[in-house]
Amino acid sequence: MSFLDYFRSQKKRSAAVAKERLQIIVAHERGQRGGPDYLPMMQDELLQVIRRYVDVGDDAVRLQVDRDGDYEVLELNVTLPEGSHSPVSAGEP
Amino acid sequence: MARIIVVTSGKGGVGKTTTSAALGAGLARAGYSTAVVDFDVGLRNLDLVMGCERRVVYDFINVINGDANLNQALVKDKRVEGLHVLPASQTRDKDALSEAGVADVLDALRERFDYIVCDSPAGIERGAALAMYHADDAVVVTNPEVSSVRDSDRVLGLLASKTKRAEEGREPVTEYLLLTRYSPARVDKGEMLSHEDVHEILSIPLLGVIPESEAVLNASNAGVPVVLESDTDAGQAYNDAVARYLGEERAHRFLDEKKGLLGRLFGS
Repeated sequence: MSFLDYFRSQKKRSAAVAKERLQIIVAHERGQRGGPDYLPMMQDELLQVIRRYVDVGDDAVRLQVDRDGDYEVLELNVTLPEGSHSPVSAGEP
Repeated sequence: MARIIVVTSGKGGVGKTTTSAALGAGLARAGYSTAVVDFDVGLRNLDLVMGCERRVVYDFINVINGDANLNQALVKDKRVEGLHVLPASQTRDKDALSEAGVADVLDALRERFDYIVCDSPAGIERGAALAMYHADDAVVVTNPEVSSVRDSDRVLGLLASKTKRAEEGREPVTEYLLLTRYSPARVDKGEMLSHEDVHEILSIPLLGVIPESEAVLNASNAGVPVVLESDTDAGQAYNDAVARYLGEERAHRFLDEKKGLLGRLFGS
């Protein structure tokens, strides 16, 4: 550690940012890679179903397949927007 | 038993052809008969980097189509005994590289050589898929840079699922990481991913770290595989990588910046 490090550490080093971003995207892509081929289609249909009730963005539904020994776990994450308790009016009969 | 090594990366411009030439020349210099095969149909360049472009008569596609036999198409290197180049075709028809044709040519090469180095084109399309399909080993060339690391991870996924070994349920392709264009000074400053960072993300064994070096451009300018330039840093780093591939244990050099007096006083 030299005295120059004091000035260097003022902002987060770009390599650390790169590593963090890579770890996230690589983990995400690996999760999708291992999964069955129908996963993207299922994700899309789930999104459409959820949109009948709640107005959500394109990235609201996240699917991930994790392997644990002999079985696979399908993890489904739906992010609802704040104040999403009232149904979408278009979804009403 | 001959081994087929694919040099691949996904991303372009990271040093696949430089690495293929260096690996091929290094293996041949170590006494193994080696063929380096250019899979980049339409963008032949391995011949130029290896300095045999004026002696190319026939190419990979000619052999597949039966216009020439393997002996006619293989270009013998003039510097290193036992080193041969099979040039890519300059045709624009990418489909000319048929699956059965590639399999036949690689089978024939297996009969004659100890090592067959397949220089993959960039991308993950047909040419790249064919280059990796028959591989026993893979050298994944990566720059310490986000897009290259991500693409390398993608390629690792393909190596694990789209190769002959994967399809037949045999022992998987042995994967090695080769980090190129590495700048220890920038790593020190926290401006570049370190070899530990890339290794941690990709989690495959590190075959070598090639420093960013003037020697690489100088060597390709002259058409000499950089591994033969033994007095250069990149040449020595490639030589170490070849030795490690052949099972030798060698410490990684060129991971630290060469520091002068001022660097030692003010550096970290």
